Amino acid sequence: MRMDLIQPFIGSLDAVLAEMMKTSPRIVDLTMEEEGYRRKGLAASVSFKGEIQGRVILDMDPQAATQVATYLAGDEVDSSQPIVREAVCELANMVIGNAVTQLNDRGFQFKVFPPAVLTEEQCEAAGHDSEATILCFETPAGNVHLNISMQYHRRRSRERSPVAVG
Amino acid sequence: MKQFEPLTRKKDSQAARYLIVDDSVFARKSLAKMVESFGGQVVGEAGDGCTAITEYARTTPDIVLMDITMPQMEGIEAVERIVQEHPDARIVMVSSVGYQDNILAALQKGARHFVQKPVKPDALYEIIRYVLNDDGVAAPVHAGGEKDR
Repeated sequence: MRMDLIQPFIGSLDAVLAEMMKTSPRIVDLTMEEEGYRRKGLAASVSFKGEIQGRVILDMDPQAATQVATYLAGDEVDSSQPIVREAVCELANMVIGNAVTQLNDRGFQFKVFPPAVLTEEQCEAAGHDSEATILCFETPAGNVHLNISMQYHRRRSRERSPVAVG
Repeated sequence: MKQFEPLTRKKDSQAARYLIVDDSVFARKSLAKMVESFGGQVVGEAGDGCTAITEYARTTPDIVLMDITMPQMEGIEAVERIVQEHPDARIVMVSSVGYQDNILAALQKGARHFVQKPVKPDALYEIIRYVLNDDGVAAPVHAGGEKDR
């Protein structure tokens, strides 16, 4: 997978978590997976279609998810509350939306779909479709995983422009 | 949450009334808290563009905060349909997807402003203050840049 397509997701997660958790996450692991993905905590997925097609799963340790939920709600949130799942969805929406914005500004055209909470079974099924890059970020409240699976369909328009020969 | 100097309607100095449109319950709750900290009143909520259109007609808010990526009907189409019916609608787009094409499309359909998520209360406050005081009537802009006035 092209690292220049993954970099915006790393930068976006870093910026969004810095705002919400008041910390800069550190990448502690990077793996490639072709088998099913085993969810680590609470997960949400956002898919996109176009010149780049695929999906990104944001998977958070419950404690980290609770901290984000507390930030978004503006009130103390208990880890057992359903609103914590909703917070992971909204965080995925922000991280992936911001990354997609950067890619679009670089000339890649695609459409983004609304985020969805993933069950353990859906996570495993999602991991079977194609090779994924999994990044593990460490925060003081626990780990956050980004599972990125995407295919690059067409060259950007300026790369498709005819090249003068001779 | 930080409390701001209340933002009021220009015509009668009453609290501004808001319609919040986002498919995420969480995002709606978070925006509602911000709006309340600006001294505003949330008069309606919607989770998709279709509901936003009916809620707009029912509540006639002063400001709409509208997400873009939503199920059933997306925010940009909802803006177009609301502004067709209510040319003076003041709609602020609030989305994590902030690329230029999206922003331009929203503004062409009649949105007044754009805020990228995660939303910072200070930034939203300034934008709403600007939009509330903007008396320009929104009108769809054609591809050539001319407004329907």
